[in-house]
Amino acid sequence: MKRVAYYKGCSLEGLAAEYDVSTRALCEAFGIELVEIPDWNCCGSTPAHSYDPMLSAALAGRNLAIAAQHGCELVMTPCPGCLKSLKGALEINGHPEKREAFVELTGMEIDDRIQAVSLLQFIYEQIGVEGVQKSIRRPLTGHVVVPYYGCLLTRPAAAARFDDPENPTSMDLLIQATGATVPDFPYKTECCGATYGVTRNDIVGKLSGRILDMAARLGAEAVAVACPLCQQNLDLRQDQVNSYNKRTFDLCVVYIPQLIGLALGIEPKLLGMDKLFVNPGRLLQDLEG
Amino acid sequence: MKRVNSISIQQTFDADFVRQVEEASEQKVSKCYQCGNCMASCAYTFVYDYPVNQIMRFIQLGQKEIVLNSRSIWLCANCQACTTRCPNDLDVARIMETLRIMSRREETVTEPDIRIFYDEFLRSVKTFGRVFETGLLPVYNIRAGRPFTDMDLAPRVLKKGKLSFLPPRINGRKEIAGIFERAKLRRNRPISECH
Repeated sequence: MKRVAYYKGCSLEGLAAEYDVSTRALCEAFGIELVEIPDWNCCGSTPAHSYDPMLSAALAGRNLAIAAQHGCELVMTPCPGCLKSLKGALEINGHPEKREAFVELTGMEIDDRIQAVSLLQFIYEQIGVEGVQKSIRRPLTGHVVVPYYGCLLTRPAAAARFDDPENPTSMDLLIQATGATVPDFPYKTECCGATYGVTRNDIVGKLSGRILDMAARLGAEAVAVACPLCQQNLDLRQDQVNSYNKRTFDLCVVYIPQLIGLALGIEPKLLGMDKLFVNPGRLLQDLEG
Repeated sequence: MKRVNSISIQQTFDADFVRQVEEASEQKVSKCYQCGNCMASCAYTFVYDYPVNQIMRFIQLGQKEIVLNSRSIWLCANCQACTTRCPNDLDVARIMETLRIMSRREETVTEPDIRIFYDEFLRSVKTFGRVFETGLLPVYNIRAGRPFTDMDLAPRVLKKGKLSFLPPRINGRKEIAGIFERAKLRRNRPISECH
């Protein structure tokens, strides 16, 4: 059994609860043991690094240091925002003066061997497209799903060190492995409006609107995502996006472990499908019975 | 989009500003040769007062006041498209982030609602160790004077049972608050020392 430290991050305790549930269900199905980092804290997200990069490194790094204390060298997080902060914390080890500042702030050190990966990278590299393909029980044949990666999963390339920053394909291949049809999605790495849902809703209206529009034009019935913030903007805020654009999009927005989980034959309820705001009914239709 | 008709560089060039931006961002802004890739890649140009390539030029010209008072630096979402496409390998998003930090210090923040949201987010982390989503929105709404923000979403979110009414409160709360305090002490040193 593979063992990996699990940093779920704050979103997965609340609005993205189904991302946590489906990640756990998927890992269980593949015999992967998730060790939730004990007493983990928030990485500080965008507010911390646009305030003080060292505060961001200290908040995120505390979790890495705890993971190392529990014998884990690989930390996996489903959230690309958390991933960015964790990678930012790992970078300080290359700079003696920042390392010193980190110790000053946290009283801890980050083990050089520690690595941080996204859930998408973890599935892609540790389970693999073939591994997924071999385990499919209920293929999603006939369903059209577009892969939406968002900004941070593969960018900036120097930090992400995964897939292609401009045209990533890992999620395309994983979705294809489920049997679903995957059109080329030209907006796969365009920004959804990020944290501006609350403060500048018009920005999310415009940017998420473009993404949903392109998905609809390609005949998609679902958008697959790997980021809780992207999911929130496209799913929870879909009505707001609709009224901003005077449109009537009705696209379900599913997390990648939910989609793979469905194809593995895991019960929709165990994947938190009932927690999505836009009804994923069409995707579930031929799974019943 | 704003237009700057003429700048008297001799009078307004601030060499110290250029140095501070370059040191804090660890980027050589002088490498920018105005190809415009960053601007063409930026999804936010439509809300910016100055497109990102112009911000780069203003930094080179030492135009501290224009740069730190621009809305663009606060509307940048750090999506990394500019950084990914810069042919000179400049981390443009990091430069924008450095400018946000500097504008906080200089108290020239042009998007107060965004700052309030970030501040309340961090206050939540400092208090509980994690973000308390349920508490964050009402506090923001009051402080920003926009009491009805996202109220349309509340019934749906409650129906899904996704929000907790109790804050998360980790055991290491004091430890986290200590990190915030020590970071504050550190920030009081000059910005060039706080990468």
